[in-house]
Amino acid sequence: MAHPVRWRAEVFGCTAEGAYHRLVLQVPEAASRARPGHFASLAGDHAVVREAVPIARADASAGTLELLVADGPRSGPLDLIAPLGTPFPVPDAPVRALLVGHGQHAAPLPALGEQLTARGGQLGYLLGAPTAAALHAVDEARALTQDVLVVTEDGSAGLTGLVSEPVAQAARAIDASVVYAAGPPDVLALTAAAVADLGIRCWALLATDLPCGTGFCAACVVPVVGADGVSRFARVCTEGPVFDATRVRWADIGAVPADLEGA
Amino acid sequence: MDPQDVDLTAPFGPLTLPNPLTTAAGCAGPVRELAKFVPLDALGSVTTRTIMPRARAGHPTPRAAATPAGLLTALGLPGPGIDAFVERELPWLAERGARVVVSIAGERIEEFAALAARLGGLPGVVGLELNIGGPSHADLGLVFAANPAISYDLVRAVRRAAPADLPVYAKLAPDVLSITDIAAACVRAGADGLSMINTVPGLDIDPDTLRPSLAAGPGGLSGPAVRPVALRCVHLVHAAMLAGRLPTVPILGMGGVTDGRDALAFAAAGASGIAVGSALLHDPTAPLRILDELRTELASRGLAAFTDAVGLAHRRD
Ligand SMILES: Cc1cc2nc3c(=O)[nH]c(=O)nc-3n(C[C@H](O)[C@H](O)[C@H](O)COP(=O)(O)O)c2cc1C
Ligand code: FES
Repeated sequence: MAHPVRWRAEVFGCTAEGAYHRLVLQVPEAASRARPGHFASLAGDHAVVREAVPIARADASAGTLELLVADGPRSGPLDLIAPLGTPFPVPDAPVRALLVGHGQHAAPLPALGEQLTARGGQLGYLLGAPTAAALHAVDEARALTQDVLVVTEDGSAGLTGLVSEPVAQAARAIDASVVYAAGPPDVLALTAAAVADLGIRCWALLATDLPCGTGFCAACVVPVVGADGVSRFARVCTEGPVFDATRVRWADIGAVPADLEGA
Repeated sequence: MDPQDVDLTAPFGPLTLPNPLTTAAGCAGPVRELAKFVPLDALGSVTTRTIMPRARAGHPTPRAAATPAGLLTALGLPGPGIDAFVERELPWLAERGARVVVSIAGERIEEFAALAARLGGLPGVVGLELNIGGPSHADLGLVFAANPAISYDLVRAVRRAAPADLPVYAKLAPDVLSITDIAAACVRAGADGLSMINTVPGLDIDPDTLRPSLAAGPGGLSGPAVRPVALRCVHLVHAAMLAGRLPTVPILGMGGVTDGRDALAFAAAGASGIAVGSALLHDPTAPLRILDELRTELASRGLAAFTDAVGLAHRRD
């Protein structure tokens, strides 16, 4: 985990994007450390827990972080901690990557896609959401590649269905060697299952409630198989939010499987 | 008075700590992540999550629910077990100069005693806090803290097993018939101090599903909602000490401390040390900030030393 910074951050910009708002914050120390997949956490003044928010972009030269929040416009100063968590691994060699994003959680994918492209990679893109309004970063995806497929659960944009449904087909179509996916656990579980059949790598960014975001509260755990083959609870905010999808015990999220260490 | 001139030294039974602030057990996770926000040696001490004889996965998720002024949690005492703690976690904390109070619990009295014997003399360990009861224990059918006789036997067994120079503190649950009776039993059994309070049993119902919000069902409430409950416990037990109904030992006060005024209130009620718990989840720098605010609060009242504030609520003048 990059060393996080706690900051009272002024909001320099707040623009509506579909169902979301993009906040631009001036946080030079955090901006220079944030990588795609890191997240930020915000806190209200008298709240007891914090709110995890995806970082859409970090511009080290401008010293800015762009966050995508689900509700309302926000004004500053905001109690911010960033960057938090473990980001997406970005290989030095060129890769053919399929990026899969669900709603708000697609926010880090454009910056990731740019880094992969800069290293000579080729991209395919799958974006889904319950409704057209809840889609995010479709234009940014189209700016990166022609291979963009949009899926909505109510059919209000693109194909009708869940974003995980066309994953195998899309990965084959671009001959992907790796999938980067971001979304809630149920969507990722289906995505991971589809990718597992293809025998390629899948990095999954789990979007779940993170009461503290700092690794303190132990409320955010999911069962994960370690390098030693032993399953343990891992904290999404610290060991994640990005996991090797083959290590996450998707069917056991929310349970304590009998073979988990300490069960 | 200049806040920088305030003497924050905190005598705490056999220990003399540089200041009265510590973390409440379990609220800084494995403590390692806290070091990203707070230099561990800047706090009077740090308290670990409860360490048990074996690794425990704990309860399924959801494990936490925010309520209007508090946090309801049911973690199920997750932890690495004593071996992994001693090998992998404690040395790292000790290297950073942390004064570590290890919270321990077992399913039987002998397990508490074995843990105490194992931890005695290890670098970094300045004290033990016995987690003798809380909502997690109730799930396990363990109710040491609800019964003065059992609390007495437990503390006595640990006191005998631990090296004589290692302070042993008993952490009390608030939902007991008479917290003064439990406190008295623990002190008579040799406890060097008392931590209070553990979380308050509670339940939250999800308004959509009409089922308990937490996977475990009930949980423990912490945060500002429990502060008056905690202050009453500290005040009651300190008053009983002043009245000679039990020997005087230091009290570590906790329950909803979010700022320097809260810390001062606990001191006034009778606490010689202050633990910051769920406030850490909202503000990972909370203990240092609260220490700074406490300094200012003391100075603005002309109190030259933290110890001058301890028990002020009991004075008649
Ligand atoms: C996330 C969380 C984890 C906790 N873990 C422990 C623990 O391992 N052992 C223990 O004795 N108390 C534990 N507690 C209780 C706290 O140490 C403290 O007694 C209680 O939360 C009241 O303080 P607060 O209101 O400042 O949080 C935990 C509380 C929370 C919120
Ligand atoms: S959100 Fe608290 S430990 Fe992960």
